[in-house]
Amino acid sequence: MNKKLLLGAEAIALGALDAGISGVYAYPGTPSTEITEYIQKNKNGREQPVRSAWSANEKTAYEAALGMSYAGKRTLVCMKHVGLNVAADPFINSAITGVNGGLVVAVADDPSMHSSQNEQDSRVYGKFAMVPVLEPASQQELYDATRYAFDLSESVQLPVLLRLTTRLAHSRAGVKSAAARIQNPLHALYAPERFVLMPHNARRQYNNLLSMQEQLQEISEHSSLNRLIPGKGKTGVLAFGIAFNYVMEVRQAFGLDFPILKIGHYPLPKKQIEAFFNTSETILVTEEGYPVYEELLRGYFGLQNGKRIKGRLDGILPRAGELNADSVTHALGITKKEGLPIPSIMVNRPPELCKGCGHRDLYEALNAVMSSCKEQHVFSDIGCYTLGALAPYNAIHTCVDMGASITMAKGAADAGLRPAVAVIGDSTFTHSGMTGLLDAINGHSPLTVIIADNDTTAMTGGQDSSANGSKIQAICLGLGVEKAHLRTIIPLKSHLAENIAVLREEINWDGVSVVIAVRECIETAARKKRNPSANV
Amino acid sequence: MQINIILAGVGGQGILTIAAVIDHAALQSGLIVRQAEVHGMSQRGGAVQSHLRIADQEIYSDLIAEGTANLILSVEPLEALRYLPFLASEGRIVTSTDLFINMEGYPAMEHIHAELHRTNRPVLVSATELARQAGSARTSNMVMLGAAAPFTGLAPQELEASIEKLFAAKGDEIVAMNIRAFRTGKALSQHQATET
Repeated sequence: MNKKLLLGAEAIALGALDAGISGVYAYPGTPSTEITEYIQKNKNGREQPVRSAWSANEKTAYEAALGMSYAGKRTLVCMKHVGLNVAADPFINSAITGVNGGLVVAVADDPSMHSSQNEQDSRVYGKFAMVPVLEPASQQELYDATRYAFDLSESVQLPVLLRLTTRLAHSRAGVKSAAARIQNPLHALYAPERFVLMPHNARRQYNNLLSMQEQLQEISEHSSLNRLIPGKGKTGVLAFGIAFNYVMEVRQAFGLDFPILKIGHYPLPKKQIEAFFNTSETILVTEEGYPVYEELLRGYFGLQNGKRIKGRLDGILPRAGELNADSVTHALGITKKEGLPIPSIMVNRPPELCKGCGHRDLYEALNAVMSSCKEQHVFSDIGCYTLGALAPYNAIHTCVDMGASITMAKGAADAGLRPAVAVIGDSTFTHSGMTGLLDAINGHSPLTVIIADNDTTAMTGGQDSSANGSKIQAICLGLGVEKAHLRTIIPLKSHLAENIAVLREEINWDGVSVVIAVRECIETAARKKRNPSANV
Repeated sequence: MQINIILAGVGGQGILTIAAVIDHAALQSGLIVRQAEVHGMSQRGGAVQSHLRIADQEIYSDLIAEGTANLILSVEPLEALRYLPFLASEGRIVTSTDLFINMEGYPAMEHIHAELHRTNRPVLVSATELARQAGSARTSNMVMLGAAAPFTGLAPQELEASIEKLFAAKGDEIVAMNIRAFRTGKALSQHQATET
């Protein structure tokens, strides 16, 4: 069969479609977005329909996926690493209830923080929930492992966490696919003793999960994702996930033949690790992400069972950021090739708001208002408008997590800060902003929330927003915003004076006010013009 | 055979279109491809790069190691210099000389030229001007691909077939214009690839 050139993210999508999913649930987030997008674009032509519309946030996505699994169908749920924080509650608890139809949660981590606020390692969550974790190393492995993950999930009746990182998610390679499996029939599971997590059920279910751990480890021992690449020498390399690629690259480039134990399926295959330790004097531990297992293998007192362990914790590999062939070369004590240095004339080229973007006009108006205030703090959020933190605007002063603009402004207002101003996008508002606004209204916290409504999820490439269709006004009224203090502006240069006036009035008002700045994202508008039928 | 190419430019300049043409041509030639790209925040006018690797044997790393790139293909001259640590000592830079200035402190062009000329026989291309001659300034990326073609290890006819496939949906005229742009670029650099 012909190979398709696929991004790692797309390989998961194709694997899930071929595994017979009945639906995918997700909220966009780099580097996970392309999984769901691929399914949206390629689900047609399948024998049975696959639902694939975007969810409001990762928690609603995960819970819907659990419901689909409850009904007996296979389902994929996707998110970026910090999205799993949002979905952590259903994720951890779904390990206690267990699943019915196969449930795979694909989580894309972002070591080196290319497009994220931290580089947390989702394998920790897998360990925390005590579910199987798969961490493939190549696009082909991603496809194969995704299919396998659904079988595994159904055989152990647990959700399976499929972890990938930016580099694999956003790298293309040829992928061979196999014949698609048909979808599961509807067979909802009547099992209140599992799914009603009242303490008496939860205790039994938790004990059941604990008692399964040995079996999960045994499955890992026989997984094709864990395998030994035999070699010679006293140093062995334990290569987790995509780190395997860099280790193999160095081995090939320098003609070396040290042994490698490749790990891509957790819990750890203890017997294989033990055997590997017995044949090596020094073990280099290479993990893409946190030194999760290096720490475990070193032990609390660092006794290391008489072995010498090297890795991120002793500094031979960098403690933070992505690995690459160069860092692994250094860790193996080999001198890497040197290129030319970056010339001293080099300057950074940071990202910026697009020319003609409505956020520019919004920030121009907001800066004009804030410059006359004694306290000039603007709490903001995650999206394209975060770029307003950079020059020339320097207009926002916080960006922590989805929805935090409104709630941080509320807390600051409660502390006495005046004015308390929040800037949030339409998609971020429906993701996690609405509940914070309700808190502000119930608590009578004087603040002004500016909702930059560009009618899309722009930063991740223009996906549908849950606020699409001008829902924001009705949502705000429903939450209790006073009609007189729910204003709409159009962020255009020609409206600058008017926009300044509206913002000034609301920012000066001592109560909860919302200003919706409505103007479509220019990228989305251009895309719709080019391709009127697509993605409406 | 193993060719490591760094594609460089500014978010929105379309380096992924160039990558798509090369990827497809390499696959059609029966070769193995790995191509890492940048999505997300940097795509908004920031520096973007793609690591593209082609080989006739298994490729493990999605990223190119320092000092091992055979080619830096850049659609913006300053961006070509950003990735110099990756360039192999005998590697080549093929870059457009069209400036894209969207930040403070952009260096003087003569300094950029001087730095480019410290590398092994750089190929400098007035991409937009040549693209206009081919029919449209919008084909400048295909001019750049043409100029880089002799250094990719791929047959020009495979690259042309790949261009045809990529632009087919936009009609024969667009295909012909892009092929013309590709050939214009190739004519410019052909002799620079062969002479020593």
